[in-house]
Amino acid sequence: MQAFFALSRRPGGTFAALTVTLLCLVAIAAPLIAPYGPNAIAPANRLMDPSLQHVLGTDHLGRDILSRLIYGARVALGISLSVIAISLSAGVALGIAAALSPRAVDLAVVGVFDIVTSFPSVILALALVAVFGPGLGNVVLLVSIVFIPHFGRVARAQTIAIRNSPFIEAEKVLGAETWRVVLHHVTPNIIGPIFVLACMDIPVVITIEAGLSFLGLGVRPPLASWGNLLNDGYTYLDQSVWLATFSGLALVLATLGFALLGEALRDTLDPKLRKAL
Amino acid sequence: MTAALLTIEDLHVSYRGRNSTAHILDGVDVTIGRGQSVGLVGESGSGKSTVAFALLGLLADNAEVSTRRAAFDGHETSLRVEETRALRGTDIAMIFQDPMTALNPMFTIGTQLVDIQRRRFPRESRHWLWARAATMLADVGVPDAAARMNRYPHEFSGGMRQRVVIAMALLVEPKLLIADEPTTALDATIEAQVVEVLQRLRQRTSTSMLVVSHSMGLIAELCDSVVVMYAGTVVEHGPVQVVFSRPRHPYTRALLACEIDPYQAFDPSQDLATIPGTVPDPARRPRGCIFASRCPDRHDRCGERPPHRQAGDARAYSCWQEAS
Amino acid sequence: MTRPVLTLDNAVVRYDRFTAVDNVSLELRRGETLGLIGESGCGKSSIARAIVGLQPLAGGTLAVEGETVKDASRQRRLVLQRRIQLLFQDPVASLSPRLTVRALLSEPLKIRNAFTAENWGRIVALAESIGLGEQLLSRYPHQLSGGQARRVALIRVLAAEPSIIVADEPTAGLDISVQGDLLNLLRALKDRLGLSYLLISHNLNVVGRVADRVAVMYLGQIVESGPTAALFREPAHPYTQALLSANLTLDPSRRHDRIVLSGELPSPANPPTGCRFHSRCPLVQVRCATEAPALRTGEDGRAVACHFPLAATPTVIPQAIAG
Repeated sequence: MQAFFALSRRPGGTFAALTVTLLCLVAIAAPLIAPYGPNAIAPANRLMDPSLQHVLGTDHLGRDILSRLIYGARVALGISLSVIAISLSAGVALGIAAALSPRAVDLAVVGVFDIVTSFPSVILALALVAVFGPGLGNVVLLVSIVFIPHFGRVARAQTIAIRNSPFIEAEKVLGAETWRVVLHHVTPNIIGPIFVLACMDIPVVITIEAGLSFLGLGVRPPLASWGNLLNDGYTYLDQSVWLATFSGLALVLATLGFALLGEALRDTLDPKLRKAL
Repeated sequence: MTAALLTIEDLHVSYRGRNSTAHILDGVDVTIGRGQSVGLVGESGSGKSTVAFALLGLLADNAEVSTRRAAFDGHETSLRVEETRALRGTDIAMIFQDPMTALNPMFTIGTQLVDIQRRRFPRESRHWLWARAATMLADVGVPDAAARMNRYPHEFSGGMRQRVVIAMALLVEPKLLIADEPTTALDATIEAQVVEVLQRLRQRTSTSMLVVSHSMGLIAELCDSVVVMYAGTVVEHGPVQVVFSRPRHPYTRALLACEIDPYQAFDPSQDLATIPGTVPDPARRPRGCIFASRCPDRHDRCGERPPHRQAGDARAYSCWQEAS
Repeated sequence: MTRPVLTLDNAVVRYDRFTAVDNVSLELRRGETLGLIGESGCGKSSIARAIVGLQPLAGGTLAVEGETVKDASRQRRLVLQRRIQLLFQDPVASLSPRLTVRALLSEPLKIRNAFTAENWGRIVALAESIGLGEQLLSRYPHQLSGGQARRVALIRVLAAEPSIIVADEPTAGLDISVQGDLLNLLRALKDRLGLSYLLISHNLNVVGRVADRVAVMYLGQIVESGPTAALFREPAHPYTQALLSANLTLDPSRRHDRIVLSGELPSPANPPTGCRFHSRCPLVQVRCATEAPALRTGEDGRAVACHFPLAATPTVIPQAIAG
């Protein structure tokens, strides 16, 4: 795709593309490339420095840090992609529906969106999890709710921009049913910016998930989330710096990679969008 | 006999791309006498607007402009941007097609009319310039001109805005007024009003005019002579009435045949005239006559560049055919 | 007497702040081309939109072959509305940017649940017959030339099997060397497929040649209508006369009769009282400012809304100013 060539021309683009690709590969191939199981406890080897057997060292239970980081990638990506998938689908559906509905319905939906977005996303996620309890399923669902208005607003604005275009009117005159117009004509033409937004939201979700896990409100141990790792590393910081350092580094690289990818995508897709439209 | 106001000989304009060069103008000659109104008529791809823009140095940066000889008001010029820039807003003024976007929405008409004069009259007071502008505004037919000077462009209709734009152009007392599709965006009855303004202007002043338009009707009404352009080449030129009633070049003839006269009796089952084919790609101009591929009278010699033929006073066309 | 294929009775179209179409009645007969002319704000675009269903009628009725659309069941209404199709002014903009030409052409069939191999074959054949080769099927709208896009839009409209086509400024932006091509094609299709056209255009030359009958609109109302040739040669309404005389012409002898109207086009949101044209009419009388003239139809099929319509003879003797 021309997008990749354009990406490589941007300063952060190559780094972003490589990092993200690496992350995805690591997450997918985790069982194949992790030298040890993520829960292989070996109390005798606790808090070891990096060595040939444990390239990044071990944590307080003797588990290999590298392996736990690799599996942590799974959690980070798995959760963030699930959250984005859910909130994108629900948000876009709501946004399009609102833009095509009578004014009263539209205003009601916008009102709900405004209420949800008036809370900082991290605080809202925290509050919801505190109420409904932690755990993998809850985290995914509750954080999704936080992000629905995000996509909803963009989808609504985009739909409003094109709902009176000649090509939409042409479809109406031809007798196209509303579902056909939405599926074949509205959605493909608004999905560009939403895709970019999704990319830029992934690091946010990763951070929120890590934050929740760090506070003990995220996925329950022993599931290896980078947040959990960071929490453990923080607890034992006086005895060994490696756990905290490497899990923090993983978070930084992942969020940086996705953020740069999102920006690069936005810049490459925009002029093409303008040309295509 | 006074020298012509503007003489351009053999104007070439091309744009160099990555793999090819697009030749937009290929050897265009234009002569405008003092007080004369010349029309440049052609369809899309004829390059007529490019001629006007080249005169004012308004072409894109990557345009390559060359001419064997160009002279304006007795001075030789190379049509390089540095030289043409000096002519803008002083000796040459231009009015564009879209009255909606020609004016700055942030300032009143009065302010803009005063501003435009500063280049020409740098030492006059604002008061003097304002009064002069109000008079000109009334002259072009804007009712209640004095009060309207304080209004903003969005408070004017399309036809009125075009009059404001004409007033702006006239205030600098240009020797040459260039109008690029001045009435295309206007309704018919408003177009008639603007045409009348321009005709009155011609009677009152000695300003020369260059009218660029696809509308032969507009050129017939506003111009003394016409230059017919096709794909960057001048195919015929001469006095407007003569060229339009007795065209010599096959393209001019074909174009006139496509004009619809609603008052002429016709057979409703008969097809309307058209010119089949398309304008050649500017990057791949044919070697011989530019119109050959679409010409109904095409023959073997047309593979070579046709000669200029004189056909009377100030009249010429480029075709292998002898006058019939 | 055959029933008209489309009838508009006392149509009213309103937008937020003003009435764009005020009590307009039209009749389109089978196989004819009815031209609708007028300048900005006259309401011709609003009428077009109302007829194809893009704008609701605030008053009046629309009937297709005698069947009133408003009174029909929802299903029937969709069928009736689909019989009236619209050719947009900007053909490229009317094509969905992310669909290929193949998808665009097959869509009208799918909408009608008629996407069979046979029907698709006919559409492809029709497309080829007007110059759209098979190689264009995989292209996207932005990859098409203006002419190609126009033809794609035309085939789409025809694939919906309409009986009436509203053509909105079909020659706008076209060079005159190619305008004939399009008009010839439209005429050939009309004869071949038994269509009727409503031609909206500000190009008086095209309308004068192509339309069988013409209706002239000013500020939301019809001021005159009738057979084209007669209306052009001897306009009865002063506005029609001025409009026709304003047409730029190559023939210098015709310019002597030009009537240049004073003033600007009034805003449709604030029309003049009485006869809406009275503020610019060169033949205005006292009565015109207070009393709106009704559209009166004569025996020759010509209708005019004027208190002092122009007589056939060139000199008009204005009636006494009695009020």
